[in-house]
Amino acid sequence: MAEVPKDLKYSKEHEWVRVAGDAVVIGITDHAQEQLGDVVYVDLPSVGSEISQFESFGTVESVKAASDLYAPVSGKVVEVNDALKEHPELVNESPYDKAWMIKVKLKDKKELDVLLSPADYDELVASIS
Amino acid sequence: MTEKLIFELSSPGRNTRYVDDVDVPGKDIDISKLLPAGVIREDLDLPEVTERELVQHFTRLSRFNYSVDGGFYPLGSCTMKYNPKIDEDVGSLEGFTRIHPLQPEETVQGALRIMYELQGFLAEISGLSAVTLQPAAGAHGELSGMLVIRAYHRQRGDDDRRIVLVPDSAHGTNPATSAMCGLQVVNVRSNERGGVDVEALRSLVSEKVAALMLTIPNTLGLFDENILEVSSIVHQAGALVYCDGANMNAMLGQVKLGDLGCDAMHFNLHKTFGTPHGGGGPGSGPVAVRENLAPFLPVPVVARKSTGDGDTFFLDYDRPLSIGRVRSFYGNFGVMVRAYAYIRSLGPDGLRHVSENAVLNANYLMHLLKGTYELAYDRPCMHEFVLTGKHLKDEGVRTLDIAKRLIDYGFHPPTIYFPLIVEEAMMIEPTETETRQTLDAFARALLDISSEAVAEPQMIKEAPHTTPVGRLDEATAARHPILRWKRE
Amino acid sequence: MNYVPNTDADRAAMLRVVGAASVDELFEDIPRDLHHPSLNLPQELSELALKRTMSSLAGLNAGADRFAVFLGAGAYNHFVPAVVHHVTGRSEFYTAYTPYQAEASQGTLQTIFEYQTAVCQLTGMDVANASMYDGATAVAEAAIMAQHATQRHKIVVSPTVHPDYVSVIETYTSELGSIVVSSWSENWARTGKTDLSEVQALVDDSAACLVVQHPNFFGCLEDVELLADAVHKAGALLIVIVDPISLGMLRAPGSYGADVAVGEGQSLGNPMSFGGPYLGLFATEEKLLRLMPGRIVGQAADREGRRGFVLTLQAREQHIRREKATSNICTNEALDALAALVYLSAMGPRGLRQVAETCVRKAHYAADRIADVPGYELAFPSPFFKEFVIRCPRPPAEINAQLLKQRIIGGYDLSGAFPALADHMLLCVTEMNTRDEIDRLVDILASGG
Repeated sequence: MAEVPKDLKYSKEHEWVRVAGDAVVIGITDHAQEQLGDVVYVDLPSVGSEISQFESFGTVESVKAASDLYAPVSGKVVEVNDALKEHPELVNESPYDKAWMIKVKLKDKKELDVLLSPADYDELVASIS
Repeated sequence: MTEKLIFELSSPGRNTRYVDDVDVPGKDIDISKLLPAGVIREDLDLPEVTERELVQHFTRLSRFNYSVDGGFYPLGSCTMKYNPKIDEDVGSLEGFTRIHPLQPEETVQGALRIMYELQGFLAEISGLSAVTLQPAAGAHGELSGMLVIRAYHRQRGDDDRRIVLVPDSAHGTNPATSAMCGLQVVNVRSNERGGVDVEALRSLVSEKVAALMLTIPNTLGLFDENILEVSSIVHQAGALVYCDGANMNAMLGQVKLGDLGCDAMHFNLHKTFGTPHGGGGPGSGPVAVRENLAPFLPVPVVARKSTGDGDTFFLDYDRPLSIGRVRSFYGNFGVMVRAYAYIRSLGPDGLRHVSENAVLNANYLMHLLKGTYELAYDRPCMHEFVLTGKHLKDEGVRTLDIAKRLIDYGFHPPTIYFPLIVEEAMMIEPTETETRQTLDAFARALLDISSEAVAEPQMIKEAPHTTPVGRLDEATAARHPILRWKRE
Repeated sequence: MNYVPNTDADRAAMLRVVGAASVDELFEDIPRDLHHPSLNLPQELSELALKRTMSSLAGLNAGADRFAVFLGAGAYNHFVPAVVHHVTGRSEFYTAYTPYQAEASQGTLQTIFEYQTAVCQLTGMDVANASMYDGATAVAEAAIMAQHATQRHKIVVSPTVHPDYVSVIETYTSELGSIVVSSWSENWARTGKTDLSEVQALVDDSAACLVVQHPNFFGCLEDVELLADAVHKAGALLIVIVDPISLGMLRAPGSYGADVAVGEGQSLGNPMSFGGPYLGLFATEEKLLRLMPGRIVGQAADREGRRGFVLTLQAREQHIRREKATSNICTNEALDALAALVYLSAMGPRGLRQVAETCVRKAHYAADRIADVPGYELAFPSPFFKEFVIRCPRPPAEINAQLLKQRIIGGYDLSGAFPALADHMLLCVTEMNTRDEIDRLVDILASGG
């Protein structure tokens, strides 16, 4: 069973969000990396760019699949995990920790309200697998 | 067993001489008198080998390949039939290979006649009226055909048709082509029989839809029993039906796609008409269209004029509504010659015989396997069928593992993980040129593997065991790409 | 002829297993009234009859085995060593499919890896793909790649680029909201080269790329370094169309700042074959790798550490990314790429240099002699490689008709595609043209008859 940490929020597109003040850290879930298989490449926006909720902000590629990354919130990218460039396998090994993808300065805190709770996300994963 | 790279075999100074010394005056003039300083390169690191080493190298490499001539190659959707040797021989005649595409037309009447007649053969087989031979492959044909459809709508002032409907079972080229034509792809779901869901289609057609792209028979190897209704729904909405002809091997002489409502389609000469695949090409993807689309075909097309002393053939560039060129010159002529020879040698009865036996072979093989492997759709198939390997998931064995194990049994694996709508898919196309004994042996191998998967799952997961290299680490290869040799 | 092994007895036995009464029953889903249409095609031929028919059709064509050829313009009569078709004629190569199952396709995969390497060595670029359909489609795909890379729409194409290539670029980009700039002032008609000041005006901050050909359609060498500077100043990419034979002696595009090198690879061991199959060369810089169209082979290792090769970076391609793929190409020109690899390996650096230099020397000999014929002159003052433009005292069509009677296939009549070049002809001289052929050509021109 895919791991779903209790201290995060989730999107239906399988991104997780960790709230830290007025910024959030974003990555993809354990379930997402399992579905993708061996991740070989992660394409992320550059620091300073703006992302909008539910729109694509990058892609993640495995050997046999390519998948868009959808922004769970809107805001300005303030930090990018450069380690994923050299080590995309971190997405498989440590999806919630070492493979965080971007840090975003929140535009509107209310956007967090539409995200899923760990329990809701658990249910979503159970319903599709 | 591995083979060094040709670059690693190189020894400075080794060479075989192939061309003459310069025989015109001035061969000793310094080249810098002819070309300005600064344009000449100093270094060029290509292999330096003798012809003997070169032949050894490539002969060894050839032995690392599975091929149609080496054995059964049931790759679904690829039609890996036997490639007749006479077609290779006649395709290699110097009167075909050593002619320049821009020579005066009177010096290439044989070539133009072949192209003209081939256009006619393909029109007759498809039940459509005009053909371009220019596209170099199936996907290139799709691009040409969809651009023709766009031009047709545009010409009628119907500019807003920007949606292409594509069944969820479609080849990946269909959506990729649509995107190259600036069109937006909307998927149509399949029904429980594997055909187009007619109600879903009805709800999706509108004055915004340019075309439905359809593979006939579809990628599940099934002939859509609602095909006439499907094309009529599309036509009533003012849209056109584009057919992907990848699976024409099942249809030769059985039915004309034009009669089914198809407005434009491409052929894959390298699938249906026996020309070899060359390790990935060259192919040839002619497009046939209905009369109303003919003015938009790429330039030039081959035309005929009758004169006092018989027919002459010419390249017709006078086509003001044409979408333009889709490649240089006229297409993959060498492939056309082979396909032409194939059609001439089989004739109409021979072509019907092809589709009948391709379909019989597929149904026969399907029946041998369906007790053990689950069928995606349990109904008579056309030239191919789709199984799923999901019954072995509990053993941790996946379709990929079954495919790799087949190599140990001396067979090329089928197409796997396609179509996308079937879990753990295995798409098997035996073609008409295989014997019943081959089909029996292949079925036995797949049944044996199913038992092995239960008894020795680890062994299967590590297959193949008999190839020059074992299973390769594709993830590392993609993470840290090494795409060329570099001198240390 | 018939290549179906099933006998009537086989069919009967197989139908029993299937549980069908007849083969027709298997086609029951086809609407009855449309099943078994008439098929109006010529009746079948035996192999012997086919051979006769095809030989007689081949005999209607005037091949380079019987005629001297001075025609180029995108298809070239170069020598193909016998070893090339002995290798490509091995059916282990030519009857294999795309190498999707790596373990059963190491032969094809390794040759593609070697081919990619050879293309990189020739062009001086970082990475190359496994081939495109031909030179023209390679350029069109390169232009689309430049649009993606720069997020700009304007494609500037030099007036000295092969006119068919311009046409293919226009067709390929016609539905993509592109602006293709290919109309220039006629400055180029004085020099035979791309006009730098016009490049500076046209390649602005809305331009994705400049497409130039070097040597260009008229055979002339372009000032590629100056062009590269101008293009890069505007933040655009330089796409250079190369003649791979010329790279036996001319500097590699990577050394003068090309961002993409594309070209027609036919000259490398592939026959003229009336225009196809040909070979689209495509090479670029590392940073554009993930935008590159087409298949790519990469090195990999198996569990025991043995080196092998796989199709890689497939997430760019249509079978995975579908409508978001970098291109829809799948079948390419693998066998022609193999021919190119064998050709380059056989020739080696010295052999290729020898071919290139022979072309230059013979072309200059021919040009000098023709320029001495009253009424004829070289159209452009610029340095050229193996092709050159001459101004003729009579319509080129007339001259070509005259030459044909003497078993010579003359040059490309430029008056159709280039109104500024009425009465001009593009001639091509390669290592295949003997001094005797060149002298005969000149004599016929001089005789005025």
